Amino acid sequence: MAKVTTPKPAELAEALEYTTPKTEWMDTPTVIKPGTFCWGAKGKNLGIVEFPNARDWTPTEEDWKLPENWQEIFFKGMKDLLGKYRSFKVFMDICVRCGACADKCHFFIGSGDPKNMPVLRAELLRSVYRNDFTMAGKILGKIAGARPLTIDVLKELWYYFYQCTECRRCSLFCPYGIDTAEITMMGRELLNLFGLNTDWISGPVANCYMKGNHLGLEPHAIMNSIEGMVDDIETITGLRISPSFNRKGAEILFVTPSGDLFADPGTYTCMGYMMLFHELGLDYTWSTYASEGGNFGFFTSNEMAKRLNSKIYAEAKRLGVKYIIGGECGHMWRVITQYMDTWNGPADFLEVPVSPITGTRFENSKSTKMIHVAEFTADLIKNNKLKLDPSRNDNLILTYHDSCNTARGMGLMDEPRYIINNVCNNFHEMPENTIREQTFCCGSGTGLNASENMELRMRGGLPRANAVKFVREKHGVNMLANICAIDRATLSASMDYWVPGVGVTGVHELVANALIMKGEKERETNMRGDPLPGKEGN
Amino acid sequence: MPTMDFQGKQIEVDDDGYLLNLDDWTKELADTLAKQDSMELTPAHWEVINFLRDYYKQYQIAPMIKILVKEIGKALGPEKGNTKYLYELYPGGPAKQACKYAGLPKPTGCV
Repeated sequence: MAKVTTPKPAELAEALEYTTPKTEWMDTPTVIKPGTFCWGAKGKNLGIVEFPNARDWTPTEEDWKLPENWQEIFFKGMKDLLGKYRSFKVFMDICVRCGACADKCHFFIGSGDPKNMPVLRAELLRSVYRNDFTMAGKILGKIAGARPLTIDVLKELWYYFYQCTECRRCSLFCPYGIDTAEITMMGRELLNLFGLNTDWISGPVANCYMKGNHLGLEPHAIMNSIEGMVDDIETITGLRISPSFNRKGAEILFVTPSGDLFADPGTYTCMGYMMLFHELGLDYTWSTYASEGGNFGFFTSNEMAKRLNSKIYAEAKRLGVKYIIGGECGHMWRVITQYMDTWNGPADFLEVPVSPITGTRFENSKSTKMIHVAEFTADLIKNNKLKLDPSRNDNLILTYHDSCNTARGMGLMDEPRYIINNVCNNFHEMPENTIREQTFCCGSGTGLNASENMELRMRGGLPRANAVKFVREKHGVNMLANICAIDRATLSASMDYWVPGVGVTGVHELVANALIMKGEKERETNMRGDPLPGKEGN
Repeated sequence: MPTMDFQGKQIEVDDDGYLLNLDDWTKELADTLAKQDSMELTPAHWEVINFLRDYYKQYQIAPMIKILVKEIGKALGPEKGNTKYLYELYPGGPAKQACKYAGLPKPTGCV
């Protein structure tokens, strides 16, 4: 329980080195360094969701309390995964180690640790694969790049698979299209077979399973939080809105990450959704059961992700809604667009989403019946259905951070920009190789947004922060917009660390500021309670 | 699992020193936790701790800062219902530090 201190930004940046280590990677021992790993999972939380080997464990202790036959479990698990996912086998076999991915990873850029090169991170597992699953590896051993799975190798796998945020930037540059995120996913899946999970992931998973959301908010806590926001909206706009909960027969179910209900600046964005829906007279309901858009199960195993995801369709069916709108979240959308339908679909009891305001039919959501609130809002603006006063955001000079999962995972890149450009007057893009498909991770995704691994987070956040610093110096940018709850929580920390003076906002907070609502009083403040531009003296 | 020695008893805590079992909490234990951080709990500190414990009893989660500020303002007056006052009392952050002394677990997820 030693206190972990994070180095100062200048110390960290100056000590960065990208030199080749003296020894070959296999001969370079891995040291688990404080500040760069998350606490081990608690037995209690693993037990709640029936994960194997539920017990408390500590990564820095010698004994990880593994079952005696852990190697057998690992190999059986690996055999199963190789048989189940053709992609995994291909990714284990085809890498030619060209190195195109090496310097594309935010963790490598921020740490200089060669084992954070995506190629080498994957090689940590490939070497084990070769040793036990290929003829060449079995015969030639180390010459063929193979190594036996020892306890030290296992610890190394754990350490580095929890230093990857599955952002998939590296995959974009791989000439073979190897999806390194999937390798990390397989790695974590294997580690989960004997309870090698982290507290920050397994806690939210257990909460979500028991109470419907990562934070463990019970129905009355959700309602209390939303009621508090209703009060704030009234203070700002003079309008009292009345959201509904678990309402059968509503047209739309709205699901957002629980972080939006609980932590600033997410709450301002959450108020933005509510104000927009009120203004439209949208027939929607919150659910206190399907009360989480995010899915930390996705950072453990396929089965767990599926299990946690299932409540969204179950609730949509129970309430009898027509379709689902989802809030600003990152990995939630990778799960929805790429997995939800095959896991828990077909959602044939729902209808293809049609905006009741514009009549637009969202064909892209034909299979999932779920649309992103940014698509919904962009469509409203495009059809001229909102009255907006962008000058209310004139104190802000904005840039936009593409969340890895919404950009690379689902191609949602133009809608948020379109919205921002309609609700704000000052917007500047970061350099081309750091946005859209090539966006840099916030540095803390896939459940790495704990506090004990702050040094790792700040290292991983360096490339994104560096690009923000560039536009801050060039254009005076003071606000970083995004559409992800993890981003809103984690970029706040990395901005304070690397680029002080830059705030973090969700896109619908900006919409809320600009939205002219019917019957509203003359607004004096923005959503944060700060005076609107031109009203500072009031 | 880390433990802390308190009045001859081993109290279970998490890796950041937060109590694992709410029932282990006593006023004396809160004082001891504060002393570990070289803090002395004054009546003003106790107002916040008591509020947090009551809130937790009702909602099974510590309040977010915004609610804490608002509710403290309602209960104890506007001069105390502001972020500055609470940060002066708890320089480590009212959510983190005060929750620790109040024996509440820290929130996890996208926060």
